[in-house]
Amino acid sequence: METVFTPFASFGGGLAIGFGAVLLMLGLGRIFGATGIMSGALFFENRDELSWRLALIAGMILAPLAIFAVTGTMPAVNVPVSPAMIAIGGVIVGLGASLGSGCTSGHGVCGLSRLSIRSIVAVPTFMATAAITVFIVRHVFGA
Amino acid sequence: MKLIFALITGLVFGSGIAVSGMMDPAKVLNFFDVAGTWDPSLAFVMGGALVVTFIGYRLVWRRNAPLFGGRFQIPNGSDIDVKLIGGSALFGIGWGIAGFCPGAAIPALGTGRWEVALFLVAVAVGFYLRRLIAPFQPARVAS
Repeated sequence: METVFTPFASFGGGLAIGFGAVLLMLGLGRIFGATGIMSGALFFENRDELSWRLALIAGMILAPLAIFAVTGTMPAVNVPVSPAMIAIGGVIVGLGASLGSGCTSGHGVCGLSRLSIRSIVAVPTFMATAAITVFIVRHVFGA
Repeated sequence: MKLIFALITGLVFGSGIAVSGMMDPAKVLNFFDVAGTWDPSLAFVMGGALVVTFIGYRLVWRRNAPLFGGRFQIPNGSDIDVKLIGGSALFGIGWGIAGFCPGAAIPALGTGRWEVALFLVAVAVGFYLRRLIAPFQPARVAS
């Protein structure tokens, strides 16, 4: 399905994402990596870290509701793939992001900003495999 | 105070995710679909986030410590190994199949869409698989 090109909203949203990452570094001295934060909270990896991780996750979940409260419109979530693809993709995302120690937020936003060599390798790797996967799914299988 | 700070940080980050279009799989998948219904918006998300984080991190690191104590915990690894590349490659494949990544799906949960919950449960399964295979991974090659 076609989507509308939104350079200004996307850039503005990106600024806020970056601001969130900077706030977490300023306040708690941590990288804003969704994979580490989520798996740390799920598996109680460190008791001392649990409370701020849960508070951060709660804030993230409240965000679309806050936007709805202010604008009256819930942010769009259009899912053009089947439930089976969401489930399979999710398992692969969880396995891959934890093996690779990061995802779009940890390696992408925070890692590239730090000029981390690991992130400079990781980001083009996952961008490339995502693009290849979308090409195969849409143009080879024609889903 | 620390937890309120973490909550607000999550709210800022999540609002950015929502406004930017990152939580909309249709937009995410179109970003990768250069050969089809291409929507380059998400390049602007990454651009905005990197500008703020690149500058913001360097300002924050002028401090001796984070606001709420402790120290700045910054990953300092530089080894490019099979786990990093293979994990990142897998992550991209999953992202390209499902259209969600963890940092986008956590805020998207607030919209109440069941597909998001399905994705996050699947991601948790992926995290768990990673923990299952952890004892069997080959020892790191000395470099």
